[in-house]
Amino acid sequence: MNLKFVEGIKADVTADIVYMMCPMHLLKLEEMMKTLESGQVLQIMTDYDGALTDIPEWCEKTGNEFLGIEEAPDFYKFFVRKKGR
Amino acid sequence: MGARYFDYMATNPLRPEVLEAMMPFFKERYGNPLSLYELGQSAKAALEEARSKVAQFVGAKPQEIIFTASGAEANNFAIKGLAGAHTKKGRHIIVSKMEHHSILNPARALEKEGFAVTYLPVDKHGLVDPASLEKAVTKETTLVSVILASPEVGTVEPIKELAAIARKNGALFHTDAVAGAGYLPIDVEALGVDAMSISAHEFYGPKGAGALYLKGGTRILPLIYGGIQENGRRAGTENIPAIVGMGKAAELTKAELPERVRKLAQMRDRLINGVLGKIENVYLTGPSAEQGELRLPGLASFCVEFIEGEAMLLMLAAKGIYAASGSACSSKALKASPVLLSMGVSSQLAQGSIVFSLGMENTMEDVEYALGEFPAAVRRLREISPYAGGWGKAKETDQCIPKN
Repeated sequence: MNLKFVEGIKADVTADIVYMMCPMHLLKLEEMMKTLESGQVLQIMTDYDGALTDIPEWCEKTGNEFLGIEEAPDFYKFFVRKKGR
Repeated sequence: MGARYFDYMATNPLRPEVLEAMMPFFKERYGNPLSLYELGQSAKAALEEARSKVAQFVGAKPQEIIFTASGAEANNFAIKGLAGAHTKKGRHIIVSKMEHHSILNPARALEKEGFAVTYLPVDKHGLVDPASLEKAVTKETTLVSVILASPEVGTVEPIKELAAIARKNGALFHTDAVAGAGYLPIDVEALGVDAMSISAHEFYGPKGAGALYLKGGTRILPLIYGGIQENGRRAGTENIPAIVGMGKAAELTKAELPERVRKLAQMRDRLINGVLGKIENVYLTGPSAEQGELRLPGLASFCVEFIEGEAMLLMLAAKGIYAASGSACSSKALKASPVLLSMGVSSQLAQGSIVFSLGMENTMEDVEYALGEFPAAVRRLREISPYAGGWGKAKETDQCIPKN
């Protein structure tokens, strides 16, 4: 799995699910992606470590683009670009 | 003759309409809201409808309502969940001395975990002075919690002012509205609070359903981990019958509130004036008789000198009058109520605490009946009280006098 670290990505939509446990990261990801237009970027903020493997995998499975993560002091920011419709 | 119930702060009877709304969810609509088939989705639809009704009741958005099993759970969740989610900013929280044990005890538990807790003092009417909050708040303060209205002395706190001070200083503000919801119009936006607890059985709903309003975008640490119920913030299969009942009770309360307030305040004032006029050495606790707008509409609370609250309750119960002596501290542990003590009531006088809380089933005739029996009970108890001659404390007005 290729976990990329990124900086300064501008997200169109942000979901803060810090302190929410599995499987909220996947449910929220799916829910929010439905509201995005193709090409838009979603930022998910979570402190759940399982997201480090789950979110890139979900992107691969669903054909969305995983842009990378940015580390904040006590959580991660995941960036995902919506592909297709 | 049935008993006359004057203990609506302990709990309310269920409204028949509420029970009727709940019934299908015990029987045919028993599904789990997480199940994808029709039976589950039918329960899910009812859950979300109840959420909307509760949200409307307090002026919130539906997604800002988290259902809990009780007001106590909502209070614990707010204190531990909000303090725990903001430790990066600081580890200081502020609560008032008027709080219920479901606020005070989690605050004490946090102290053991290394948090600093400030307990705000109150005046002789039980009011928190906004200036004292202004003084107590620091850069480290993450949460302030002050009760909306006291179930023990009826004092309605200046929440809007207090919340504004918290906000100005970058702290979150929670209010325990368990005793206030159902008696006061509540709008979370107007109050300016970030979180608020309510409980269904305090407004003619069922036991087993409470809610925490949590302003959108506010982080909270779950109290109960598990599944994805309540958007991942409170796990456990939802108590759908009770939640549906809470929604119905919220809807009825919102519609009937002005009428309830009018009727209850009228009975309350008659009871207060009657008791103060008929019994000697009795003190109104909480706001003064002239501060009616600062007192919960259905609540009349007193301290009767030279006798003990428990004895009064038993004498009154024998006459078919059900009242309370204040907090569980005073009625179960036979301790002086911390709320009364924090208002400066002496520990002897606090023993004679009695609280009448009125509800919609009460009538003026009930009030007159109580006004007939209560003075007689006090007279009888004073005849046998070892303190009937007094304990030598100065008495100046019909209010509880601070010691200092």
